[in-house]
Amino acid sequence: MNTTVATTGTEGKTWGGGNDPLKASYGKMMMWFFIVSDALTFSAFLAAYGFSRFKFIDSWPIADEVFTHVPFFHGNYPMIYVAFMTFILIMSSVTMVLAVDAGHHLNKKKVTWYMFLTVIGGIIFVGSQAWEWNTFIKGEYGAVQTNGGNILQFGEYKTVEGEQKFERVAIADFAKVAHSERTQHESKSGLWFVSEGTLPEYSIDEVYKGLVANENILIRNQIINEHGHKTILSREESLKQLKSDGKAVVHGANLKVNEYGSPLFADFFFFITGFHGFHVLSGVVLNVIVFFNVIIGTYERRKSYEMVEKVGLYWHFVDLVWVFVFTFFYLV
Amino acid sequence: MAHEHKLEIFRGLWKFKSNTQKIWGVLAFLTFVTAVEVILGIYKPEMFMGKVLGMKALNWIFIILTIVKAYYITWDFMHMRDEVKALRRMVIWTGVFLICYLVFILLQEGGYIEGVYSNGFVKKDF
Repeated sequence: MNTTVATTGTEGKTWGGGNDPLKASYGKMMMWFFIVSDALTFSAFLAAYGFSRFKFIDSWPIADEVFTHVPFFHGNYPMIYVAFMTFILIMSSVTMVLAVDAGHHLNKKKVTWYMFLTVIGGIIFVGSQAWEWNTFIKGEYGAVQTNGGNILQFGEYKTVEGEQKFERVAIADFAKVAHSERTQHESKSGLWFVSEGTLPEYSIDEVYKGLVANENILIRNQIINEHGHKTILSREESLKQLKSDGKAVVHGANLKVNEYGSPLFADFFFFITGFHGFHVLSGVVLNVIVFFNVIIGTYERRKSYEMVEKVGLYWHFVDLVWVFVFTFFYLV
Repeated sequence: MAHEHKLEIFRGLWKFKSNTQKIWGVLAFLTFVTAVEVILGIYKPEMFMGKVLGMKALNWIFIILTIVKAYYITWDFMHMRDEVKALRRMVIWTGVFLICYLVFILLQEGGYIEGVYSNGFVKKDF
């Protein structure tokens, strides 16, 4: 006796079996589902960034004061370089979609050419990302961290084209270097089982003496005032605050300190752009594999360039994520 | 494998002759939107600095422009426009619903903690 139901009464219906209701191959559908889950991962990171930012809404670093550099040029160009990176990534998305289109027409030569351009775009982007990290880690002016973990930055008023402008001054330009007995401990010159990290370039005392000697230098703290700028302290306040609260000189940013403001900003910057950069790198590797497969004619023999399309979906997704990272890290 | 593409964007306002032309058209549009964002970000016009729904109007503009860009990347570069309705909804609705939920909860909580810091006798300035 047959116990299996052979007919369900749904034959011929959309989900009755024997056809493909989503009109997409298994691989393409799974790529879409992977993208959904990866989108949730990224949005969790960005939402966590938003959480920390809302927590310190009145003292968060202002992005255009942090990312102001362009390679090979001196001066202050906020956003220009990130905008360039965004454009590169969108452009490599375009060459990718052109490769997919050429694949639909089984045009091997065009697919090869466009895949090559896509890989180049990806490499330029990852390289720019590395440069951006390097600049951020090295820092620019240096700052003083207080006992409470706040950041004090230095600058002075200058008249530029008849307007009073607050311009940052690097600690190295005004600190009074004094002879110090304190040197960095190395395991070869003392207790071999004790080690310490690199010492700050200047001590708080040296910075304080420099501040006393330069009467026009003022301190700017992290608090954002009603005009959307950071608060600049008076001369007396500056001296008092540095003397009573100053703890260490920080230069640049890492996972523990950040000369631009809250260390959480640096943590999220490294984590989110790092995770995205890792995605770009994996995308480049996948693109290179597909590129060589195109060259040796694998898809030509299959009479289908669907693999290009699937990798393309992933590549566009990486671009999509960058659009959001760009907005939330650099614009908002 | 279906090769038909819907060759119009902006609900039919801008029609293209071929898929390749549509790609370049979308690129032009995305570049334009990015340029607008960067210019607004550099100059920060005073007229957009007022608060709308608890956030600067400028920030709302950035977020809306970003979603517009995301729409065209997904719809035209990832060919979501050409997929069947079921696949499109499966991907978009799931993502949009969960992301809205997550963002709402985390931002609400962040705002609450900020309130505790500033009104709850927590000393930060030392």
